[in-house]
Amino acid sequence: MSEHTVKAFDDDITRLRGLIAEMGGLAEVSIQESLDAMVQGNEGLAEKVIKRDRKIDAIETDVDKLAVRIIALRAPMADDLREVIAALKIAGVVERIGDYAKNIARRVGEIEGRKRFEPLTLLPAMGDLAAEMVHDVLTAYASRDPELALEVIRADAKVDAFYNSIFRNLVSHMVENPATISSAAQLLFVAKNIERIGDHATNVAEMVHFAATGEYPPDEDS
Amino acid sequence: MEQRPTLSRPGLALALVSAIGMVLAGVGFHIALIILAIWLGTLWLSAPRPPQPDRSGGDGAFTRASVGDLIEHSATPMLLTQGSRVTTANLSARRLLGSHLVDQDARVAFRHPEAIALLARDAAGSAIIRGLERRRDIWSMNRQPIGDGFAVIELVNRTSEADISRAHTDFVANASHELRTPLASIIGYVETLLDTPGSLDEETSDKFLGTIAREARRLQHLVEDLMSLSRVEAEKHDQPEEEIGFASLVERAARDAAGSERAHRLEMHCNSPVLIAGDSQQLEQLVRNLVDNALKYGDDDKMVSVAVDMSDKGEATLTVEDRGEGIAAEHLPHLTRRFYRTDPGRSRASGGTGLGLAIVKHIVERHRGRLDIDSVQGEGTTVTVRIPCKAPSQAAVRDIAKLS
Repeated sequence: MSEHTVKAFDDDITRLRGLIAEMGGLAEVSIQESLDAMVQGNEGLAEKVIKRDRKIDAIETDVDKLAVRIIALRAPMADDLREVIAALKIAGVVERIGDYAKNIARRVGEIEGRKRFEPLTLLPAMGDLAAEMVHDVLTAYASRDPELALEVIRADAKVDAFYNSIFRNLVSHMVENPATISSAAQLLFVAKNIERIGDHATNVAEMVHFAATGEYPPDEDS
Repeated sequence: MEQRPTLSRPGLALALVSAIGMVLAGVGFHIALIILAIWLGTLWLSAPRPPQPDRSGGDGAFTRASVGDLIEHSATPMLLTQGSRVTTANLSARRLLGSHLVDQDARVAFRHPEAIALLARDAAGSAIIRGLERRRDIWSMNRQPIGDGFAVIELVNRTSEADISRAHTDFVANASHELRTPLASIIGYVETLLDTPGSLDEETSDKFLGTIAREARRLQHLVEDLMSLSRVEAEKHDQPEEEIGFASLVERAARDAAGSERAHRLEMHCNSPVLIAGDSQQLEQLVRNLVDNALKYGDDDKMVSVAVDMSDKGEATLTVEDRGEGIAAEHLPHLTRRFYRTDPGRSRASGGTGLGLAIVKHIVERHRGRLDIDSVQGEGTTVTVRIPCKAPSQAAVRDIAKLS
């Protein structure tokens, strides 16, 4: 982006982008750690994830304040305005992603008989895909790369397919092992949360694309 | 540079005048001389030291530029930050993190919480961060403040060290089971043949020997594939340098994989001249594995299309497409896992080792590329490999110009 005559404006935008990146980094680590905690049954790690969410929330408030201040004081135009609006929306979405990671961490204690509970092995691969999407979309945001953003949007179909497969798998597991129904039901929620993380990464990708090009990406669902 | 303190002239003059005045006023010459000496001594002690050259102002810009020049060609990614902004990044850092990071907030480049904590502390230190370039890599980040809000950040890749220990456990866990199965049946059949000499009719013993031969061959394939997998893994962290014409390599390797009896099923679209930096042996193996899979799992009477192209983003893309029963969506994410099979029976019958796509994935990763597998059940499977292009050298540009 070209430099502005008012240096302070540049500083504000840079700071805004820095805050978003910081939030994203926290969310990324939370996703990974919540899944690790889930698979290993590590409640200490889960506790850490839950605590971290407060930090993410605090940064979101900072982003909101800064964005409103920029709009009020500097009246940005064109790509600057898109940048600020996108940052405002992305912060909201990343905060949601953090919440999902927290939700996953909350369920760590609810799984019983972890050693013999085979559906647990399905989650990491799905979590990897979603975490990869979040990683890529944050990189796309950092480099203002609309192409990478489109790639993230395309990757969402894989996460969805994975979710359907895990859903079927879990349901058949419940039918065969009624004793584990409560644990399996918890895992259904976890899988759903991961699927939502993928959806939200897609939302961020759309906004990255919008901030970079001024257009929302073409709808590829149809 | 002049380091000796200079005496102030008015002070000197005042001391001299006072001494002369004292002599004229009748104070003893020696006493006046001693007072003068003490005066000059104190003047010398309290003289202001010459100011240190200011790093930020005046010729500070020059200093920063020279630091930039100094680190530019270092193989270690290095950055210079002022406050929270990145002011300079050397070539390796720009390659690693993208050239957009200059003039950005450093947090945009390093978003890992550990890194941000390190950036926020205004002190020297280091942090271990995950997922800098790719999601699984591990880097150690060292930060050293150099005054005036500037700091030097150095990045060291630690991924390979962490990988080695993981690769070992993976290998033992997966491979031992796969190796033991064919061995068990070989030993079982051989023991049966040994224990009952003469009592087996010829037909049965021939069948046993056939099974032994088949299982032994399977074991041989498995060992070969495991060897190449571990070779690729061992070299995973050094980027291949060889300049390769991708299209001709693909064409050659695809024909090689098809052999004479299946060559008529290949449909090649390898006309665009695409240059990449790569390892030709490994890329050939990649193409062979993909084409062999497509021919094996596609319908026998349908064509397999192999295409090489250049994407808008400057990546070489290889697309291998077959028409056949396809792969169910729930299998797609697992395909590149070692020893994963969608249909163990069929795979065993066709002599697959379950390692083909794992090898492909590792080769793609070594070339910093991406691997995508799409499939529609009942229609067929499309595998796409994208590898970043090499900026063509002068000689290559001339070659291509000659061709076209």
